[in-house]
Amino acid sequence: MKIYLSRDAVAKALGAEDVAVAIRDEAEARGITVELIRVGSRGMTWLEPLVEIDAGQGRLAYGPVRAADVPALLGGEIDTLGRVEDIPFFARQTRLTFARCGVIDPLDLDAYEATGGLKGLRRALAMSGEAIVDELKLSGLRGRGGAGFPTGIKWDTVRLARADQKYIVCNADEGDSGTFADRMIMEGDPFSLIEGMAIAGIATGATRGYVYLRSEYPDAIEVMQEAVRIGRARGLLGADVLGSGRSYDMEIRVGAGAYVCGEETSLLNSLEGKRGVVRAKPPLPALHGFLGKPTVVNNVISLATVPVIFERGAEHFANFGLGRSKGTIPVQIAGNVRFGGLFETAFGLPLGELVDDVAGGTASGRPVKAVQVGGPLGAYFPREKFDTPFGYEEFDGQGGLIGHAGITVFDDTADMLGMARFAMEFCAVESCGKCTPCRLGATRGVETIDRIAAGDPAAAALLTDLCETMTDGSLCALGGFTPYPVMSALTHFPDDFARQKEAAE
Amino acid sequence: MSASAATSGASIVATEQDLHEIGEIVARHAQLEGPLLPMLHALQDMFGHVPQAAIPVIADALNLTRAEVHGVMSFYHDFRKAKAGRHTVKICRAEACQARGANTLAATALAKLGVEWHGTTTDGAITVEPVYCLGLCANGPNAMVDGRVVAGLDETRLDALLAEART
Repeated sequence: MKIYLSRDAVAKALGAEDVAVAIRDEAEARGITVELIRVGSRGMTWLEPLVEIDAGQGRLAYGPVRAADVPALLGGEIDTLGRVEDIPFFARQTRLTFARCGVIDPLDLDAYEATGGLKGLRRALAMSGEAIVDELKLSGLRGRGGAGFPTGIKWDTVRLARADQKYIVCNADEGDSGTFADRMIMEGDPFSLIEGMAIAGIATGATRGYVYLRSEYPDAIEVMQEAVRIGRARGLLGADVLGSGRSYDMEIRVGAGAYVCGEETSLLNSLEGKRGVVRAKPPLPALHGFLGKPTVVNNVISLATVPVIFERGAEHFANFGLGRSKGTIPVQIAGNVRFGGLFETAFGLPLGELVDDVAGGTASGRPVKAVQVGGPLGAYFPREKFDTPFGYEEFDGQGGLIGHAGITVFDDTADMLGMARFAMEFCAVESCGKCTPCRLGATRGVETIDRIAAGDPAAAALLTDLCETMTDGSLCALGGFTPYPVMSALTHFPDDFARQKEAAE
Repeated sequence: MSASAATSGASIVATEQDLHEIGEIVARHAQLEGPLLPMLHALQDMFGHVPQAAIPVIADALNLTRAEVHGVMSFYHDFRKAKAGRHTVKICRAEACQARGANTLAATALAKLGVEWHGTTTDGAITVEPVYCLGLCANGPNAMVDGRVVAGLDETRLDALLAEART
């Protein structure tokens, strides 16, 4: 009997290690032979720890499983959820980037290869750098970190730059609340990221790479470090990548709790061992990046999606999506939701369908009040805007952004003035201090929102003005985008700001 | 953690052994590209904080001023100048956890422990820090206890974790 148990951080945080011990103990007590395979997450986090049992008739799912449930589970007394592929939340998805996540042991390179892994890299190794970049351009892949910049164009800039050393840097500083796709793919399918970075290296002539991984993700750090070690031992990384004679190697570097280091120039400074202060652009990191050398800086999901594009061809990928938002996007459904987790789908699904149908509304059972899309720097969307289709331009047109595609749902108990204040407070805590609108604006923003709460009638106009200054004058997205949550809260939920005023009067 | 009594608290006195270990860690990382953060992490892993005595050693090895090393260290939330309590509990304050009741949970925990954010309980058992997202955002409120993430907290479960940390 094969038993698959998630080793994803969500599952572990909900007791998966105890379940693993219980399964081994119970199997021994019953005298049955069990092969326990630790896998990534299938993405349905309300079912974690998720167990799949294959007794010869395919994998049947059970969850959430607690250690105390294990005797009944192995005794056949617990009803199965059926096949994971038939659970509605899963069945509705299109899994390209996350196809292997939750299916295989993330550190089993043979299983990776048996499920299509390394095909993309082998194909790329037989192509010229120019042909690789052209194929990536054709796929329409855009940066999944939030900015949505065409990945192929970035790679081309680095490819054409002349330098004695170039770098591939993976931005795994996934600090946005409500996002966890980077963490989940690193824990569930680390070789897809390594393969994507190797293809980037081959395409651009970069022989060294770094993953800048946040310290808040101890499980992802462990898996990635082990995957790199295995990759080196098996010849996927090193001086002779898969016997091609081409060189590419990489290291995992751990961040130190600074949110702003998710901004690419600040990340590069941090990687160099400096304060994580934002750099002015230009020069672009593509030409003047890590240690002043041409550097590809891409998000985890962008890089982890590259292998499947090369495995199945650019056209296959580009056939999914909406307008200029091509392919699939791993939407992360978070906050107060009934069914939360990772939902990979082609671009174009309306926000309301994600919130009401896929997520099944709130966990508290109360009405949905607001959805913050794109992390702490994303706008709060009221129900009136739930028809917005999930796409870069579509959200931009509605005064928001998709960011790293996290959606955080709030029920009607949420105090939007409090959320606006928190956005400013967070910006003040995390500001790198380089530019004035962000460094001072965030603190003044907290004070101004407190004045609104105290009933000062002039404060709302002042806050609007301050937000305009931060938007126009900040160097990076931290100061520049903090006005999104603040102004969307003020605009769409005026009652929460007015009620405070009345209370004061 | 093998911190000796001499490096506990905010003390800047370092023993011979400490200086030897600091020297080893600095030398081990000096050849990396961008060695400073890996060095600071390794020092903190060893001592529970970055000892003051390490700053001139690092500065010398990397051809930086002591002020520059201090500037880097103080920029990042993770690095500590002094030892924390015996256990560090980081409670997530970010939006997705707030949507699931984290504000009340954190306020209750702080009140029970009698500390503010970044504070250490009088018995030296627990330091409470805020953290902004652990990436378990559909299962909050979440926290991290000495590097181990825990999800789906309510008052009962958090109380149990805090009690466990105090024993």
